[in-house]
Amino acid sequence: MTNDILTQLTQVLQTGDATAVSDLTKLAIDQSIGTKIILDDGLIAGMNIVGERFKKHEIFLPDLLFSAKAFYAGLEHLKPLLLKEKIASPGKVVIGTVQGDQHDIGKNLVGIMLEGAGFEVVDLGKDVSPEQFVDAAVETNADVIGMSALLTTTMPVMKKVIDLATERKIKDQFKYIVGGAPLSDKFAKEIGADAYCFDTVSAVECVKGFVKGK
Amino acid sequence: MATITERLSKNEILLADGAMGTQLFARGLEAGACPELWNTENPEALSDIARTYADAGADIVFTNTFGGSSIRLGHYNLSKRTSELNRAGVKTARAAISDDIFIAASIGPSGGMLEPLGELSEDELRISFTEQISAVIEAGADMIAIETMTDISEATIAVQAARQLSPSIPISATMTFDKTVNGFFTIMGVSVKQAVDELSNAGADILGSNCGNGIELMIEIAKEFKSVTDLPLLIQANAGLPETEDGKLVYRETPAMLAAGAGRLIENSVSIIGGCCGTTPAHISAMRQKIDHLK
Repeated sequence: MTNDILTQLTQVLQTGDATAVSDLTKLAIDQSIGTKIILDDGLIAGMNIVGERFKKHEIFLPDLLFSAKAFYAGLEHLKPLLLKEKIASPGKVVIGTVQGDQHDIGKNLVGIMLEGAGFEVVDLGKDVSPEQFVDAAVETNADVIGMSALLTTTMPVMKKVIDLATERKIKDQFKYIVGGAPLSDKFAKEIGADAYCFDTVSAVECVKGFVKGK
Repeated sequence: MATITERLSKNEILLADGAMGTQLFARGLEAGACPELWNTENPEALSDIARTYADAGADIVFTNTFGGSSIRLGHYNLSKRTSELNRAGVKTARAAISDDIFIAASIGPSGGMLEPLGELSEDELRISFTEQISAVIEAGADMIAIETMTDISEATIAVQAARQLSPSIPISATMTFDKTVNGFFTIMGVSVKQAVDELSNAGADILGSNCGNGIELMIEIAKEFKSVTDLPLLIQANAGLPETEDGKLVYRETPAMLAAGAGRLIENSVSIIGGCCGTTPAHISAMRQKIDHLK
């Protein structure tokens, strides 16, 4: 029975049916399946499949966004329980598109997939200054700072964020991941970032690796 | 003087120009600044770019109005200047080059998403494109080039807005595709066939693809278009996909590679060939030579 509900949950999540995901999550809670199990084996498992299928171009952006909305509809019911039961997220990530850059589709997708993997995400939006990144990471006690850029001309802002943290002597409090079409491994290394993430799936893998090592 | 439509109907191959962004940055546009603002603040730079591409042999020069829809200008609090900036975009290009070169008004995506995924309504989007396109038509654009689209609803609304404003102006509509195991699709899930059906139905005269791919995949995309439409095709490849080198962006496809690719696009019945990201006047010049050589 437990497995049935969770399997169904992963399935309706893939269809992007927010009402069904909401209802099934409530049902699962009523049946005392366990908050963490519903989250991990229902919602997160479903988003994992969605992320993989998007990566393989089997589904497209609208499908992924509808699934994300459905995911949040389910998560809403779990959030108070996660707090009450003191179930901590595996980590917190501050994300944003860097200053001067208005392109946020990639950054939004990374945010969705990180939340879909159970992480707490603080999304600073687009056109985010180095000060905003560092201040937010300090204030929220984040584990990772994730920066996105689509323009070659805004990529240097990523270095400024890391430099600012260095200047304030707090660089090592955080890990730094960067992503966006014009970036590369080499660029990430040059600016002192911990990882370049080629796509949403690799961003999630990176963050998982960092928090595990903590 | 023969119009674009007349020249295409005589099976002429027309050459469009190359990338705009890199040319603007090379002339000092600051990162994060609104590119369209230069249409009034630095018209000399825009004239110079138009002239450079015309000198390289382009038959069609694109305007610096890609982000000129009122919604997109709104990112910079410039919505109120939509008409002015778009008119200036056409006029600076027009004044810089000879009359036998066509001006295509670039119309890019709004940057927002339609409901229910995003917050834009179809009416807002229609109003935004109508304001932009009426300005470029009024300023004397020879063609409306709706480009880099990924959402079929948004592209359709742009085409309809243009067609509503002018029954006769040539309208091209190009989308950006990714290769998947099932053929080419935009990130929003639009197939080549769906693009052809809906955009031709909305009133586009010229279809095709720009951005997102180097020349090899663009040849495959052109073939897929050709299998489902007889309308003239427009293809603008990137000079490959960007790679970084010492923190700088490089595009590795050379003018010679794009010129060779242009030959193969022509073999596959593409009528208008040009370049997107990473292409330079040198690429356009090499394609010019290829086209002339094939005549």
